[in-house]
Amino acid sequence: MTITEKPVDTEKEKRKIKSVKKMKEIMTHYYIDAKTADQTGKKVAWITSGGPVEPLIAMDVIPVYPENHGAMIGASKMGADLCENAEAMGYSGDLCTYALADIACSTVNGGPIGGLPRPDMLVCCNNICGTVLKWYEVQARYYNAPLFILDTPFCHTEFSEEARQYVRRQLDEYLAFLETNCGRKFDQDHLAEVGRLSMEGQRLWQAVLDTAINKPAPMSAFDAFFHLALIVTLRGTKTAIDYYTELLDEMKTRVAGGISAVPNEKYRLLWDNLPVWYRTRWLSDKFASHSACLVADTYTSAWCGSLKYMDETDFLNSMAEGYSRIYLNIGTDKMADMVLGMIDKYDVHGLVMHSNRSCKPYSLGQYDIQRIVQEKRGLPTLIIEADMIDARSFSESQVETRIDAFMEVLKA
Amino acid sequence: MSGYIEREKAKTMFADIIKRFHDISVDPEGYAREWKKKTGGKVIGTLCSYAPEELIFAAGALGFRIFGSIAAISRADAHLQAYSCSLVRGALEDALAHRLDFIDGMVFPHTCDSIQRLSDIWRLNAGTGFHLDVVMPVKVDTDSAREYMVAVIQKCKIELEQALGRSITDADLERAVLIYNGIRKKMAALYTLRKDHPGLIPGSDLHAVVRASMVMDRNAFLQALTGLVEDLEKRTGAVAGEDKRLLLAGGVCNLPDLYGLIEGAGGTVVWDDLCTGTRQLTGSIDISRDLTGAIARRYTKRAICPAKHRGIKARGDELVRMAKSVKVRGVIYFYLKFCDPHAFDYPYLKQMLEAEGIPTLLVELEDQVLSKGQLQTRCEAFIEML
Repeated sequence: MTITEKPVDTEKEKRKIKSVKKMKEIMTHYYIDAKTADQTGKKVAWITSGGPVEPLIAMDVIPVYPENHGAMIGASKMGADLCENAEAMGYSGDLCTYALADIACSTVNGGPIGGLPRPDMLVCCNNICGTVLKWYEVQARYYNAPLFILDTPFCHTEFSEEARQYVRRQLDEYLAFLETNCGRKFDQDHLAEVGRLSMEGQRLWQAVLDTAINKPAPMSAFDAFFHLALIVTLRGTKTAIDYYTELLDEMKTRVAGGISAVPNEKYRLLWDNLPVWYRTRWLSDKFASHSACLVADTYTSAWCGSLKYMDETDFLNSMAEGYSRIYLNIGTDKMADMVLGMIDKYDVHGLVMHSNRSCKPYSLGQYDIQRIVQEKRGLPTLIIEADMIDARSFSESQVETRIDAFMEVLKA
Repeated sequence: MSGYIEREKAKTMFADIIKRFHDISVDPEGYAREWKKKTGGKVIGTLCSYAPEELIFAAGALGFRIFGSIAAISRADAHLQAYSCSLVRGALEDALAHRLDFIDGMVFPHTCDSIQRLSDIWRLNAGTGFHLDVVMPVKVDTDSAREYMVAVIQKCKIELEQALGRSITDADLERAVLIYNGIRKKMAALYTLRKDHPGLIPGSDLHAVVRASMVMDRNAFLQALTGLVEDLEKRTGAVAGEDKRLLLAGGVCNLPDLYGLIEGAGGTVVWDDLCTGTRQLTGSIDISRDLTGAIARRYTKRAICPAKHRGIKARGDELVRMAKSVKVRGVIYFYLKFCDPHAFDYPYLKQMLEAEGIPTLLVELEDQVLSKGQLQTRCEAFIEML
């Protein structure tokens, strides 16, 4: 075996997003803070990814996201093992693998960071799925921790007036729940400030994603999957705003300098559904080898997609609508409308859908969205069968063949 | 000799009565078509036991629960991935294959993630008339949720009136409440008879009655049910298999075979906690001045489906209480493959039951077709162990 020194690939270095390092630092600090909360006397709340985090921040409670943790488990390729553990505990392997991995992780303090800190309370918002309700019930029993459920009625065709009133009332119940579990009064003014920061962070995140409108795109959906972490976990903090301000600057600089995410970008694609966390690099390289860049996705944009329903001057009241009308809590045809909007906005040549067996609200209905996209825009579409963190559901050769065939259609 | 003749006569009578339920259970679509032809009335399809059937009845229509076909799936595959349950895929298949062409409209209550998306896909593709989503609360244990439930039911009433082009009067509502309270009371009597006299009515017969209760003209059903209960009350002597009392729990059961299988293996089902069973029969509606509100309140009080929330141990506590009160030796729990709410609940239900010394057997139904040999062996081994 001969060892040859690899020359530094200056092209590749140039393409690397510099903010990545900062992001890793922030996330490390965030998890250290969360994991040492018992020493600093801070409370920890587990919350669903689409849940209203602002009241927790306003109460100085550390929000912890089992779904973000699930993504880390997937990216570290530890998903399949943990899912097997959950199956040994009696859970069906057909369930959401985020939930399975998290449930198993709790009992063994496993995973890439040795498990999440014990929750003092659980906050579950079902605007993303009904699965989180069952998952948080399991954890509320396991940790014997109080559970608050924010029930956001599904908006098949409308967000009804009675639903608005119901969700609004629950927000008051949520604040009361926090007062009880934190042992102090809720500060409405502080919430208004956190709400302002949250919306500013969301606007910045949208602006970052929007830089991919440029041709070539300075970032890809794979980059967005990574940089998403802060708008999920630290929404409502100055940290998120500062970070996304820098990231936006970096993206603008890349645009000005013509630095693209994918060398010689020729084909622009839209991604639908959660990432395949354990194969992001492989997928990214695979598409890049065809000069294709996934310039946007329906997933990362979900954390700023309902900004239009939020009101900075009346944050608490507008939360009801903002948190109810998110991407996954609307009818399939409404989702198709948003996909069409993104197709036009980012000027893409094709749609790649991840049929994710873990996520029924995201995946069921994809075939209809595919049909609508084909009918209304005549674009080629590709469906990849996989799972977000369980590699056992991923067949590399099959996916590779399908991507190659899809790219042939695009190139024709 | 006369005793023999009496017994034979009683058997024939029972067979006649029960046949009616079986006929409907075997061919519910045929029944609904016939009903429609005869009455000229409207048929409204539903997919879940949370569908406010009382309002459908009050509007003079026939509530028709769709169970999902056991026919091969082909058309539905163009809309639903293979990881959706057979109920959801089978129901859509029926609609797309025009087997539900007698339906004038659909009422979709919000339950699980799969039915939630099925509603969208149905609305976009099925062509079964009007489409009402009844987006009920997911939690049912708070004041705001209970009030929201009332608002949702009130809205459903208005939307049904518009869709059917007729008003639902207080008198209509009162008739509906009386009928549904009557059905639920009589079904409870039937269940109690079975509990007290195991083997009096075979499981597959009871299954046919339950299925018919969701399809048959409800006036005619109550009448037939009353006849059945009266007949059974006369024959309470027959008691079998007292020592292997079992409780069936889980989701939708479409398989009369399953009951025969359990009984063939030496078990006697004395009670159930099923979507196609007691869960839809629990809770009576208060006769009050606000009948719409009273109907809504029952939906927050009835036995919950795992897709709803009433505290973190509500289902476990209730299942243990039920198992103890009907004195079963074991629980057979089954759900359809890909049914997330049940699959999440099973491990803790099993744990709670076993802590009380009640063993459980899990049966996950892949399709609506049983692999009988394997299941029989498992049931036999389980019942043997009790």
